[in-house]
Amino acid sequence: MHRFANPARFLRLAKVILPWSNAVAALCLGAGLYFALLGSPADYQQGESVRIMYVHVPSAWMGMFCYVAMAVFSAMALIWKHPLADLLAKATAPVGAAFTFLCLLTGSLWGKPMWGTWWAWDARLTSMLILLFLYFGYMALVNAFDDPERGHKAAAILALVGAVNVPVIKWSVDWWNTLHQPASVVKMGGPAIDSSMLVPLLLMAVGFKAYWISILILRGRAEIAAQKVRIIRMAQIHAAAQGE
Amino acid sequence: MTRKQRRLYFVLLGMLALGGAVALVLTAISDSLVYFYSPTDIVEQRIPEGRRMRIGGLVENDSLVKDGKTVTFKVTDVTNAVPVTYTGVLPDLFREGQGVVVEGRMDKGGQFKATEVLAKHDENYMPKEVADALKKSGQWNDGKQQK
Amino acid sequence: MESFQAMLHMGGYGGYVWPAYGVGIAVLVLVLALSLSSARKAEAELEVLQQTRRARRGKDSESQE
Repeated sequence: MHRFANPARFLRLAKVILPWSNAVAALCLGAGLYFALLGSPADYQQGESVRIMYVHVPSAWMGMFCYVAMAVFSAMALIWKHPLADLLAKATAPVGAAFTFLCLLTGSLWGKPMWGTWWAWDARLTSMLILLFLYFGYMALVNAFDDPERGHKAAAILALVGAVNVPVIKWSVDWWNTLHQPASVVKMGGPAIDSSMLVPLLLMAVGFKAYWISILILRGRAEIAAQKVRIIRMAQIHAAAQGE
Repeated sequence: MTRKQRRLYFVLLGMLALGGAVALVLTAISDSLVYFYSPTDIVEQRIPEGRRMRIGGLVENDSLVKDGKTVTFKVTDVTNAVPVTYTGVLPDLFREGQGVVVEGRMDKGGQFKATEVLAKHDENYMPKEVADALKKSGQWNDGKQQK
Repeated sequence: MESFQAMLHMGGYGGYVWPAYGVGIAVLVLVLALSLSSARKAEAELEVLQQTRRARRGKDSESQE
């Protein structure tokens, strides 16, 4: 793992991966949008409103996936002091927050016509809202210190503590009775969803993952460059102070 | 033990302790985390009239009666059923045999006066043709729905 | 044209389906634009700093000769 922790190596790897992740994201999201809006049937109960699912469900997966990635990067940063892990955790946070926000918003837009309410304080919806606040807390904390290292450390601890929320989200619909229905795709006995509807769902999910990789590379590059700028500036100040 | 190992064990132990604590708390307050009670809970626990609560279950088949804007129906969990009256707009998914959550109060006569009716949908998604074909071939499984 | 209107209508759920997709696309484009601009900005700043440093080093080595 340490082999990839070197910023120079990351930049070289990023250069190779970026065109591929861009292409996969564009293709999958393009095809996914076509199947989601045109190439898939209406649901036998929910009619056309089921199309919201193709944004809502992959967004929910990404919200949780990004949090797990962030927590893993944070653990790597705390335990092994990988020079890159902090930067990758920091780069993942806004993507996770964006998808969690999308999940909540599209869920609301779906809940109004189907359930009859924009929002319900059931275990699934509430734990998802907590996830959004954890992302906000992380992003605020990571920038709250003058010394970036202290910010990274504090935020990494928050990311690890907040990770207990992820299994609560996943199994809230099984542990307690909720307004939200249980899982359809990842469950014992195979998906309870017709294959014609599974296609756009999975296309969108793969597209979102590729999108995350592209954003991770872009934000990672920005963080590495900013770090180098900081080091050069410090050296200049140092040199100026010595020169006087 | 190297410092790296010590940090690894520290993080692992910390996560374990935290996970355990959260699990305990969630188990302890489990009752307030449920979004609704089942009709059997209502019948067995004799919840006092006038207290605001939610009941969830299926709309019993052939129990729905519409009288202008007021509807009466029964919420059932197969074992027990609670009669409900409601005046207002019903969600699109509301229909007999489907999951429903009603919020309101029990009145003296054992009727549940709902102020809000929410439809609950199940985890099955399919086009209408597939649903019809399943029903025709007798492979339709109603038991899969919300208990 | 009729199918286009049916598409907009979405069986009566157009008012819910289209905002969901609209905001979805807007959020993804926004995050992409912000990430791209931050990467470009930081890398441009680094480039300028490195160039001035190289130029200064060049001058230093000239004057030493």
